[in-house]
Amino acid sequence: MTRKILPLALVVATALALPPAQAKARFVLKSEEVKLPQSDRALPEGPGRDVVQNNCFTCHSAGMILTQPPLLKATWEAEVAKMRNVYKARVDDKDVPAIVDYLTAVKGPK
Amino acid sequence: MENAFSAALSRRNLLRQAGVAGLATFTSSSWAQSVVNLPLPGGVDERQITTSFPQKGTMILQRTRAPLLETPFEVFDKGVFTPNDEFFVRWHWSVIPTSIDVDTFRLNVHGHVERPLSLTLRDIQALPQIEYAAVNQCSGNSRGFFQPRVPGGEWGNGAMGNALWTGVSLKAVLDRAGVKSGAVQVRLNGLDEALGKDGPDFIKSLSVDHARDGEVMIAYAMNGEQLPLLNGFPLRLVVPGWYATYWMKMLNDIEVLDSPDTNFWMKTAYTIPDTPHADIKPGQTGVPLVPINKLNPRSFITNIKAGAKLEAGEPAVVRGIAFGGDTGVKRVDFSHDGGKTWEAAHLGKDEGKYSFRRWQTRFTPEKGDHTLMVRCTNDRDDVQPDQPNWNPSGFMRNVIEATLVLAA
Repeated sequence: MTRKILPLALVVATALALPPAQAKARFVLKSEEVKLPQSDRALPEGPGRDVVQNNCFTCHSAGMILTQPPLLKATWEAEVAKMRNVYKARVDDKDVPAIVDYLTAVKGPK
Repeated sequence: MENAFSAALSRRNLLRQAGVAGLATFTSSSWAQSVVNLPLPGGVDERQITTSFPQKGTMILQRTRAPLLETPFEVFDKGVFTPNDEFFVRWHWSVIPTSIDVDTFRLNVHGHVERPLSLTLRDIQALPQIEYAAVNQCSGNSRGFFQPRVPGGEWGNGAMGNALWTGVSLKAVLDRAGVKSGAVQVRLNGLDEALGKDGPDFIKSLSVDHARDGEVMIAYAMNGEQLPLLNGFPLRLVVPGWYATYWMKMLNDIEVLDSPDTNFWMKTAYTIPDTPHADIKPGQTGVPLVPINKLNPRSFITNIKAGAKLEAGEPAVVRGIAFGGDTGVKRVDFSHDGGKTWEAAHLGKDEGKYSFRRWQTRFTPEKGDHTLMVRCTNDRDDVQPDQPNWNPSGFMRNVIEATLVLAA
């Protein structure tokens, strides 16, 4: 009688001692390594395009601009100011008018 | 509920439904040219389809760097769980580690705590595991539909997804570190970095009470697999019922604060007008702003696209997804007459209050145009509004969706 109970008690005790996380098979994480694609999109031709690409593409690809709806010049001015003041994009004062004019020409109300 | 749901599908309806979905998916869109039309009012509404991102299938390309990838809407018709390789992607800065070593990765916990920690992934996985389904939705999901239009990521409706998340509670980790009295917020940071030293690193904070509610999760798996790198491998914060901006990807740093976080990403960015539906008039100023927070209810038709042609006099199956936001879906109502009359749809299996929920109904169209509408009411009786909200950031759109179809 005692012989039968003892192993059973041991099994129960062992099961209780195991936290659920270990009783279950642990989710095994594996290292990841990826390569991110480069953008193959360019901005449309127009005065100031090079200035825009040289400045804006430091932080983001052309898609950010290409997908924007038509926006007023004042909105583009605010966007350029936000990129400089908030996100600290290093854009020279002298480049700002050319950037705003290009964006308004390409992405302004038609 | 499931049986009633399935019973609604007669063989004939299955055939019809396949016909409708087939029409909408394969003839009215331009997948063959690798371009999709979202469509957005006033343009630009064409987007490239891309298959070139790692661990991702077919996605709508919004921006290559830093990646903004939208889930093609057809995916939401397949089921309530969004596959990992089709789950939307959104990064603020382009400086993202492209390799993560699971042996050397550490999650640091510091600040206003008794015992600063540097945890390995094994340490974290040794804590009690929790698991639930939750919708992850970008604050600016559907921004492209705002009128007047606003600058930003010009998403259609696919900057959202639902997954089964597995991990440990943030509370368990915080308890191990021992939060000191006087703590007010918990700040989360990931491995992405601002470009240059001056730009504001992307960091977000939750109140201490929220962080310790036992639900907020540090997830190491989504839909039963480790996360794709672009969705935040190896650890991502899951804040169920709250917008994705709080769901820090590649979470590697937790700082307990003893004063409110005034960093740019809390104080300025991701703030909303403190008005119902975060709604203001264009140009309106002087409205108090608060950090964006809880999701609101939304619902979508997933098997019929705008412009689809239905057969007059024949019953059509209409189905889709709904979510309640920070609470469950109480009911989903369907209208085939532009909102004049509404009828309750059948609800599918309840996967938890933070999950997408399937809904389905039928209607028999007469000849002519029909405006199909779907409306979710959540468990707190919040209901989708019939007028779209507007704010200059393009956040929190949840207007009742309308889909114009023709029956002939």
